[in-house]
Amino acid sequence: MKRLPVTTRSWIAQAARIAWKDLHIEGRSREVVYTMGFMAALVVLVFSFAFISGQEGTVAPDAVAGILWVAVLFSGTVALSRTFDRERESEAIRSLLLSPVPRSAIYAGKLAASAAIMFLVEVLLAPLLAALFSAAIWPHALWLGLLLGLGTIGFCSVGVIFSAALLRARSRDALLGALLFPIVIPVLLAASRATAYLLDPAVPDLDPALFWTRFLVALDVVFVVVGLWSFEPVVMGE
Amino acid sequence: MSERVLRLEHVGKTFGRQRALADVSLVFVPGQVAAVLGPNGAGKSTLLGLLSTLSQPSQGRITLGDEELSRHSPTRASIGYVGHEPGVYGDLSARQNLRLFASLYGLASAERRIAEMLVRVGLESVRREAATRTFSRGMLQRLALARALLHQPEILLFDEPGSALDPAGAAWLAGELQREREAGRLVVLVTHDLTAAAAVATHVVVLRRGRVARDETRASFSADQVRAIYEKATRDNA
Amino acid sequence: MLSTMPSARRSRARFLVGLLLTMHGFFVASLLVANAPLEKTMGIVQKIFYFHVPCAWLLILSTFVCAGGSLAYLFAGSERGDRLALCSAELGVLFGLCVMVTGPLWARAAWGVFWTWDVRLTSSLLLWLMLIGYGLARRYGGAGGRRLAAAMALFAAADVPLVYLSVNLWRGLHPNTRTVSSLAPGMRLPFFFSLAIFSALWGVLLALRMRAEHSQARLVELAIAIEDAEGNSA
Repeated sequence: MKRLPVTTRSWIAQAARIAWKDLHIEGRSREVVYTMGFMAALVVLVFSFAFISGQEGTVAPDAVAGILWVAVLFSGTVALSRTFDRERESEAIRSLLLSPVPRSAIYAGKLAASAAIMFLVEVLLAPLLAALFSAAIWPHALWLGLLLGLGTIGFCSVGVIFSAALLRARSRDALLGALLFPIVIPVLLAASRATAYLLDPAVPDLDPALFWTRFLVALDVVFVVVGLWSFEPVVMGE
Repeated sequence: MSERVLRLEHVGKTFGRQRALADVSLVFVPGQVAAVLGPNGAGKSTLLGLLSTLSQPSQGRITLGDEELSRHSPTRASIGYVGHEPGVYGDLSARQNLRLFASLYGLASAERRIAEMLVRVGLESVRREAATRTFSRGMLQRLALARALLHQPEILLFDEPGSALDPAGAAWLAGELQREREAGRLVVLVTHDLTAAAAVATHVVVLRRGRVARDETRASFSADQVRAIYEKATRDNA
Repeated sequence: MLSTMPSARRSRARFLVGLLLTMHGFFVASLLVANAPLEKTMGIVQKIFYFHVPCAWLLILSTFVCAGGSLAYLFAGSERGDRLALCSAELGVLFGLCVMVTGPLWARAAWGVFWTWDVRLTSSLLLWLMLIGYGLARRYGGAGGRRLAAAMALFAAADVPLVYLSVNLWRGLHPNTRTVSSLAPGMRLPFFFSLAIFSALWGVLLALRMRAEHSQARLVELAIAIEDAEGNSA
């Protein structure tokens, strides 16, 4: 039996292929986008009922930024557990782990796909907030987009590992948020601070926003590096 | 096709307080179908987990030819695995699944190979767009075999593949196992079904409480012979 | 194979000596603290500082030791590293509890509120929550629980400087960070002594806990060896 010709593919190409697989599957069902989006919108509404007082219904930019990011965090855990659920059905994850693809590439692919899906929902969420709270998102829309992206990457970089590790645990749903949140609070803090400064119509103070954005980048770098390194030993188990 | 021999030397595996395998020494040779039998909890699935490199032995070593069977990528490319679950993505079609795996294994001229495999397992006339979620159990096993054979592995591992198949499916599977044996592949089959094992096996291993209780090789086994070996191995008092 | 433990009598003696020294040290420390000069604005309440700061320091130390053990466990398969991570995480939760009790007490006396979202208290709270999460992951994380917890420890340690920085830049109510070097001379001795004796307590507790875990692991090893021997003679 002669051997099949094999092409060596770069790490990035393999990670991209895995990300593409997830995005393709999501594209067919759109399940995560709908459920996550719905949940995020509900979280925003719940907060608005809980915190808005008085007739005018205006909220300080700090609060709007906070509401946005809390909604992202809570609905993000839904997205994370769903993307790994798909791997668990039919034991597809085993086939993935058996292939010669480096496990760090699997991590990177899943990170990219989860972050992309979450980002899509956030981009739709932001105008909702703008409408509900008259938040000034348009002057710095691109920067805001960048913040959403960076914050999501920070969140997913830790979330992908935890979600993968909890794949077969019974208390997965209860544990994922509980374990994830303390660790990603710096991400939440940096992202919401930067967002708050950008949304402030009175004093669009860009210096602190820039500072917090840089901080967020540093956080992302640290988390992704730790993630790339630790994905294999955590997931490969015994 | 290389003629590498799969060798286990004094292999042990412990999970926390459980000793799953102890002092297992076996030799698997290409061109043979080795049936691994044993009562529940004997360590059959653990053994297969070690052979697939998804877990590592706590003691001893496993070698394929001269190479140590480890977690590293090149060795994984020599292994094909079919478990209880088909190991494919339910949301994708058969072709899409195979395309994904072809890409992960770095196969050149993937389309041709995929078409060959689909014909080989009898799925070539399945509707192109049908998600594998809609497949019957038998069809899923066929797809699983196609997935496992796609990259022409040296070693084929089966974990109770016939457990949910109807008689026609089971007969088809037996035929496939024979075919692979004749093609010179090294096949290890873990099963409960003594009759199915007898139909194809040329090497019978019985595990009991994590140890090798019997290890016999013959040109062919009758169902009665297999049953006798099994009963003798599991009847002895310990 | 685990190394054989020192004989029971010798290690009991060592433990007693360690315990006695620590207790003596606490006695001395309390004398020192009682005689330390009163701080001008807060008076006697300030003396919580001699408890609060060492506990906070030990919380951070526990986190780093936990991360170190987790690193060894994840990348070198070291069971000892895993035991070290577990024991230091437990101690971290314990000392973190002390921080979370003494901190609000101080805050109440000094600023009239039990909690302020200031740098160090908030960072300590987050760290404490991460170590509690470590325990939850180990216990309820299923088969992969230990590995998940180890990953948490790695992220937590990476978080320490970042959390500190971020909260520092966000709020700044805590007595300023230069407190230690600006201590009045009379306070330096009690403070450093306090720090030393708390660290000694931490060390003794860690050693004790590690021994218990080690014994347990050894017990399991022996049980497995017995089973093997029985299996062999069958």
